[in-house]
Amino acid sequence: MSVLATVAGLGHAAQAARDAFERPAVDWHALAPDLVVVGVLCLVLVADLFLPEDRKGVLPSLAGLGLLAAMVPVLTLAADGTDRVLFGGAYAVDNFALVLKALFLVSGYVVVLLSTNYIAEGDYAEGEYYFLLLASILGMTVMASARDLVTIFVALEMLSIPAYLLAGWRKRDPKGNEAGVKYYLMGVFATGILLYGMSLVYGLAGTTQLAGIGEALATGESVPVISLAVVLVVAGFAFKVSAVPFHTWAPDTYEGAPTPITAFLSVSSKAAGFVALVQLVVIGFAGQTEVVRPLLWLLAVLSMTVGNVVALRQTNLVRMLAYSGISQAGFILAPLAVVGQIGESTLTSVVTYLLIYAAMNLGAFTVVMAVARKTGSAEIPSFGGLITYAPSLAVLMSIFLFALAGIPPLAGWLAKFVAFRAVVDADTGWAYALAVIMAINSVISLGYYANVAREMWMNPVPDGDTSRVRVPVSLTAALAITGLLTIAFGVTQWATDLGDVATFVASVSP
Amino acid sequence: MDNNQFLTDWGLTLMVFLPLAGALVMLLIPRAEETTHKVVALAVALATAGIGGAVIADFDYGATDTLQFTVDESWIEVINARYAIGIDGLAVPLIALTLLVVPLCIIYSWNHFPEPRNPKAFLVLLLVLHTGMLGTFVAQDLILFFVFFEVVLLPMYFLIGVWGGEQRQYAAIKFFLFTLFGSALMLVSFLALYFVADVDSFVMSDLARGVAEAGVDHRTQMLIFGGMFLGFGIKVPIFPFHTWLPDAHTQAPTVGSVILAAVLLKLGTYGFVRVALPILPEAAADWAPWIGLLAVIGIIYGALACLAQTDMKRLIAFSSVAHMGFTMLGISTLTDFGLNAAVMGMVAHGLITGMLFFLTGSVKERWHTLEIRRLGGILVKAPRLGWVLGFSAMASLGLPGLAGFWGEFPAILAAYEPGADLSQTTFRVYMVVAAIGTVFAAGYLLWLYQRTAFGTPTEEFEHEEIHDVLPSEWIAWVPMLVLILAIGIFPNIVFRVSDGQMTAVAQSIAAAVGG
Repeated sequence: MSVLATVAGLGHAAQAARDAFERPAVDWHALAPDLVVVGVLCLVLVADLFLPEDRKGVLPSLAGLGLLAAMVPVLTLAADGTDRVLFGGAYAVDNFALVLKALFLVSGYVVVLLSTNYIAEGDYAEGEYYFLLLASILGMTVMASARDLVTIFVALEMLSIPAYLLAGWRKRDPKGNEAGVKYYLMGVFATGILLYGMSLVYGLAGTTQLAGIGEALATGESVPVISLAVVLVVAGFAFKVSAVPFHTWAPDTYEGAPTPITAFLSVSSKAAGFVALVQLVVIGFAGQTEVVRPLLWLLAVLSMTVGNVVALRQTNLVRMLAYSGISQAGFILAPLAVVGQIGESTLTSVVTYLLIYAAMNLGAFTVVMAVARKTGSAEIPSFGGLITYAPSLAVLMSIFLFALAGIPPLAGWLAKFVAFRAVVDADTGWAYALAVIMAINSVISLGYYANVAREMWMNPVPDGDTSRVRVPVSLTAALAITGLLTIAFGVTQWATDLGDVATFVASVSP
Repeated sequence: MDNNQFLTDWGLTLMVFLPLAGALVMLLIPRAEETTHKVVALAVALATAGIGGAVIADFDYGATDTLQFTVDESWIEVINARYAIGIDGLAVPLIALTLLVVPLCIIYSWNHFPEPRNPKAFLVLLLVLHTGMLGTFVAQDLILFFVFFEVVLLPMYFLIGVWGGEQRQYAAIKFFLFTLFGSALMLVSFLALYFVADVDSFVMSDLARGVAEAGVDHRTQMLIFGGMFLGFGIKVPIFPFHTWLPDAHTQAPTVGSVILAAVLLKLGTYGFVRVALPILPEAAADWAPWIGLLAVIGIIYGALACLAQTDMKRLIAFSSVAHMGFTMLGISTLTDFGLNAAVMGMVAHGLITGMLFFLTGSVKERWHTLEIRRLGGILVKAPRLGWVLGFSAMASLGLPGLAGFWGEFPAILAAYEPGADLSQTTFRVYMVVAAIGTVFAAGYLLWLYQRTAFGTPTEEFEHEEIHDVLPSEWIAWVPMLVLILAIGIFPNIVFRVSDGQMTAVAQSIAAAVGG
């Protein structure tokens, strides 16, 4: 009897608890982009189980279309225009988030295009590849909205762990193994540092939300433990964006990973790291600019200089692009080094730079892949005389390379320009010094970019084989997208407009 | 009236972008159809010249100091860059020069494209270059100016690097890196200017007004001018930034050298007169003695270097350093007289040195060498070619009656009485040094002519059949020769156009320094 009563009582209590528990109101529209990606990645995984071996070719199409489908809610949300804040401020869908979600989805789509033939022809597991790729992209789209340390951390792991696996996808090649293991070990090490920093931040601020952290740390004076926390968190993300001196994994990983994944790491994954860094620096550490500025100044200068100087000595194009990416990361960091002194233009600059960088860097990797289909090599001399047997590829590669070097009217100049503009706007001695260092570095970078152009235009074909390069449809599409954007971003106001609207929702901004 | 309205609104834009459109069309034509490429390129260049000619004919010469054919549309709003274009008395002569030289270059290369041939790529690059040059001369917004200023780099890099001589790769990258270094710092200067002027605009006239009103402190002005000085000075090139020039000129294909000499070097001097002087008059006055000093060093250094050259093309390249020294001296006096001389110097040097590079190209093609001691007796082997060379050399050394004279003589004269409270003693010393420079110029050019054209052909070429000037060469050269003579006899062709604007610039500097 008493047992029954107890059971009944328990049932009652459970009922009471169910009543007391209020399901948080979920704005499904706001979550739709991420949910579509979740749906597609499940679909890919299931389809892979039931598809016969000779029909696996539909998987990349499925993944690609899924990413484009996820763009639809992004566009409807943008058309709607209202900022949405979910889960008590941990997750925001504002203009900043939307622009970056679009960047991750479109660049993810281009990576799928790059992967299509490479993975199908290379005797690799296909279904799992696209599943992991989509999972990593999901981590990124979540990262764009994350306004809370825990959400940021989950998003970071979500995007990193699949990437560790993908980096080692060429498992029969020792270099592929090296790529995966190195990336994984360095990655978890950085995660450890980051997590330690985050725990200190939480201890100091008493909240995990960036806006709350911003308020809590703004009032406190400069305490060593706060500085330590800030340094640790920034260092953790410096690894992700491969800023010097946390860059050592990048060249080996880039060289050993499958080329589409190299493109993915150097563009999307790097952009995701910057997204988190920007959110932390602009919102969370808004009151700690005394610590953040010199730290980022140093990281920016070291990255652009060391990246450049080492890139000059590379003979492998993928490695060269890795180091050039490190140098470009320095340019993206530069406006953050004067954060707090220039208002909105930090965000505009970083977002504009990320958009343009994605277009031109993905383009360069696409050409590398197209040429490697014939020559089987990414060594710079193997591009000799490309203009004689593949003029379109050579011209496109020149466009991407000189865009990366920042030669107008190709997009890169505008990216560098907005970075310069943000830095000079700060109007301090340190800022001007940074601007001059940036100017000198942008000239040095021409050295290695032009070197590749020289090889393509001015040197003979190394083995005399001038047969055509067959470019598959997927790569042609990728070239068309990146090429058009690289030119259009340079002569129109699209990129800067997108950069300009990408602002944080008011309730979570400082 | 309708027609004129169309020209006013669209004339300049059409002129600037027609070559680019032509280049895009040519990309679609297969490479094997070489004749089609040549015809299309020439037609586009001539059409551009036609539109440009119509604009220049419609230009109101009664108001050369005001911008005409202006267009001011929003372009990249976030950074406040505008599509602001327009021409005045400073731009017109240089645009005319560009419109003339490019078609002539296409005609000249009709039947002899340098190795590795590929007329398609060569002509496409030439047309892109054309757009860049014209754009620089019409841009009235600093960002637009910067973009066009840089657009010329890529085609020139490839023209030198692909179609050039033995050391082409080295020369091409040297050219590129030097110029880019200057323009990177120039861009930082532009940005600093934008923030100190505080007018939320990159349009040149707005910035000039903003700087005057904001009372920007002296040190900042000097630094900003310094950045621009590097950018424009490397392009001119001013001694000691000239080292890229002899390499680039010597290694570039003939047409590349011609365009480099005729138009590209002018972008630097044009930048000084268009951007640096009007926007930062006070800094200009403080920098002027130093610019003048470097200019006269350039004059003497260039002349001495010429005397030491054994290669005809390299000699002419160094003579460019000396000639641009005169132009810079004219600018550094900050007087209307000196600035007019500078504009004249740009046009004259463009025609004459362009012509000399055409000639070295033709000599190289016939003798397969440009080593001065292996040449000789050009007048015997190819008399007409020899005469044209003589005519151009005379023009280059500043013989009165030919265009070169009107670039050098007024510049020297202007140094006698510099404007904007500059030290008379300093500039009179410069004047004397520059005058000595003209003697050197006569020396090296006459010596060059004597060694190459006079005498008898050297043994190795004694029995070689060498043809005289070809019809395509005549078509390319006659317009330039006629203009050299016409401007020499009647310099007002240029002065009448440039005077209004140059007087306005000089007056505004005097007012800024005096006030």
